Amino acid sequence: MLPPLNLRFALLVMVCALPLVAQAETPLSAEREAELETLLYQDCGSCHGMTLRGGLGPELPRSRMNAYSQDGLAALILHGVEGTAMPGWEGLLTEQEALWLADHLQNDNPLDE
Amino acid sequence: MPTISPALRKPLAAVSLLALLAGCQATPTAELRGTGDLGVVVERATGSLAVVDTSERRILDRVEGLGDLSHASVKFSRDARYAFVFGRDGGLSRVDLLTGEITHRVIQSGNSIGGAVSQDGSQVAVANYEPGGVKIFDSETLEEVADIPATWTDENGEEQRSKVVGLVDAPGNRFVYSLFEAGEIHLVDMHGDTPEVTRFPDIGKEPYDALIGPNGRYYIAGLFGEDGLAMLDLWHPEQGVQRILPDYGRGEERLPVYKMPHLEGWTLAGDEAWLPAVGRHEVLVADSDDWSLVDRIPVHGQPIFVMRRPDERQIWVNFAHPDNDVVQVIDTESREVVATLTPGEAVLHMEFTPKGEQAWVSARDSDRVVVYDTRTLEEITSLDSESPSGIFFTDRAHRIGL
Repeated sequence: MLPPLNLRFALLVMVCALPLVAQAETPLSAEREAELETLLYQDCGSCHGMTLRGGLGPELPRSRMNAYSQDGLAALILHGVEGTAMPGWEGLLTEQEALWLADHLQNDNPLDE
Repeated sequence: MPTISPALRKPLAAVSLLALLAGCQATPTAELRGTGDLGVVVERATGSLAVVDTSERRILDRVEGLGDLSHASVKFSRDARYAFVFGRDGGLSRVDLLTGEITHRVIQSGNSIGGAVSQDGSQVAVANYEPGGVKIFDSETLEEVADIPATWTDENGEEQRSKVVGLVDAPGNRFVYSLFEAGEIHLVDMHGDTPEVTRFPDIGKEPYDALIGPNGRYYIAGLFGEDGLAMLDLWHPEQGVQRILPDYGRGEERLPVYKMPHLEGWTLAGDEAWLPAVGRHEVLVADSDDWSLVDRIPVHGQPIFVMRRPDERQIWVNFAHPDNDVVQVIDTESREVVATLTPGEAVLHMEFTPKGEQAWVSARDSDRVVVYDTRTLEEITSLDSESPSGIFFTDRAHRIGL
């Protein structure tokens, strides 16, 4: 039931596949990771569903998330998707945090279908 | 008949046990009491509903087993005894507030957003995202009465289904709702034997939610894809949909919208309608005669709910992430923010008691519901509740569109 990735997404991913700044930062604190997890399921969940099964925004199963590179997915989170309701989160998240979310969506995603 | 003390839970359990021991059907016995001061709080993480008493300001009971309540909303039966709970997972549940029992439950779609109870109370309609459309059920049995796909024709001439938002009841046993992708408003007349659907296309880009005024005349859908709102006058549907406040942003660039605003009920004070601006730290005030923009009131963040105290003297506003740890109170006469309250982390919803002496506010990440005295703006009490979101009091049962 995955909608085909449209051209806009594909272009965005190509543009954004340029590697993000090398991660020289210190690792995220456990506290910040817990906050990001809350953000993901509660706030991203406003549109994507608390179980990531979708709402006004599309569902985010592991298969869909792994259609992107991790850098591409992090860039999508930071910059949003033009022409849709998906905002860019760069005002609230660092690249490192967006990469953490991308990694979580790709590898620790409870929606494994 | 055993009498049940106000502390419903334990005595009920004891009654159920007795019933089981006697080999009877364990039908919970309801306390003899009215429901006019009851309500529910949606606890989204646990998929439960807290039944609350606004006179005693406490939680009476907790109803579990309601599925995914991550964006749940609630409507009440005409007798204000039953709550209809619309879950994100397409679950529609009918909960008896007096016994705490789920009397009926159906999974009616893959993903739903809300619903409405018909004017005569006989039907409950559900707005679905997936598959996009509206389903209508008998409010006593939850048997399906009608299935109305939200279809539209896209720019390539292909028929698509659209997510449905902003479903409300309207006088004449009608329901009105908006189609997110299609940019249409649909009016369904359930007065006769079969549903009669009237479509209003081209209302604007991406309606995200809608409201209907207290007299059921004006239906207004907020637009996400552009500045402005779409209004349908149900006294004159032949006039079609009119665009109002088309340029409230005045060309200024929007902020990123981290959460969609909600339009709930009519935030009308005097002759003015108060509405959340999309992507701006502003509450909009419009003249409800000619729908011109009267004022833009700067507030703490992007407004989500803009709610009127029943006496119309105050407007309470909560905000989108990351500004969601405060509630602001605006005086409707001076149009100034008169208080900034801090109920806790992630304030999701507010509900006034029927005559407005209290406001109940849910703070999701602080796991509590804070009860304010709306006159002093002081906290009266707070109730422990895990990840509380929507708060709904039974007086909604008798109000059009709520």
